[in-house]
Amino acid sequence: MAEFFAMGGYAFYVWGSFGVTVLALVVEVLLLRRRRRTLLRRASRMSRKVSMGVGA
Amino acid sequence: MAVNWFKYSSPPAFYPLAGRLIPWFAAAAAVLALIGIYVGLVVAPTDYQQGDSYRIIFIHVPAAWMSMFIYLVMAVYAGIGLIFNTRLSGYMARALAPTGAMFTFIALWTGALWGRPTWGAWWVWDARLTSELILLFLYLGYISLYAAIDDPRRAARASGLLALIGAVNVPIIYFSVKWWNTLHQGASISLTKAPTMAATMLTGMMIMAVAAWCYTIAVALMRVRCEILEREVHSEWAAEQLAREAR
Repeated sequence: MAEFFAMGGYAFYVWGSFGVTVLALVVEVLLLRRRRRTLLRRASRMSRKVSMGVGA
Repeated sequence: MAVNWFKYSSPPAFYPLAGRLIPWFAAAAAVLALIGIYVGLVVAPTDYQQGDSYRIIFIHVPAAWMSMFIYLVMAVYAGIGLIFNTRLSGYMARALAPTGAMFTFIALWTGALWGRPTWGAWWVWDARLTSELILLFLYLGYISLYAAIDDPRRAARASGLLALIGAVNVPIIYFSVKWWNTLHQGASISLTKAPTMAATMLTGMMIMAVAAWCYTIAVALMRVRCEILEREVHSEWAAEQLAREAR
């Protein structure tokens, strides 16, 4: 197992590549989900205002 | 059964379809990526020349392919938007750009981490690396040009034109290793010759490439749904859709 993680002495380069890639993908998905949540939150605030008659 | 594909070129029809497709592509991407990583890191043998550092190519090559493919798809959507004035194609082009930029960054990053132990340099200004860096700037330029213009229609036209003109860079990247004397090696996989690499290595790389495609489709569909709702919020269907989902 330790041998696997050592990657024949190239651990920094191999895990540096895989790690940053995983990080980039996770960040992209999280940013997208946040964008969607913001959108929906704003919409629900709008519709509440409309139903209370505060103006569209 | 005849499917009317044109129906799905209208945002109200495409929006729910995209929503149904996302989980499938996301699941396929996750499963394929796990298999690909297993094949690449465990099954594939150590390279006799490069040792284990070569395993970086299981990310580097699919990411570099995606960076070019996505740009071409984006440019085609931008072109369709410019010519036929269809709304959805503009949304699709913009939904693809950030993912394309991300894959370009990953290609450059993993390339540096591969180049250091293999060439002894993080970076060289050879034609392949330089044109790939220009690709990153094209993506960023496209995104910022759209963001910088207030009127959405003019923004779409200006950035769409940039996307189209920038497409000339993609064949330059692809053929750079043939046209110039680059430090970057030539293609190990081509359409005309048998691949010059071991079968397991090739399998792992292909699985990772398909995973990257599925990921890109899933993320682009997620982004295009946001894009559609944000841009069409003043239309009746989008307002209703938002109200339904926000509940």
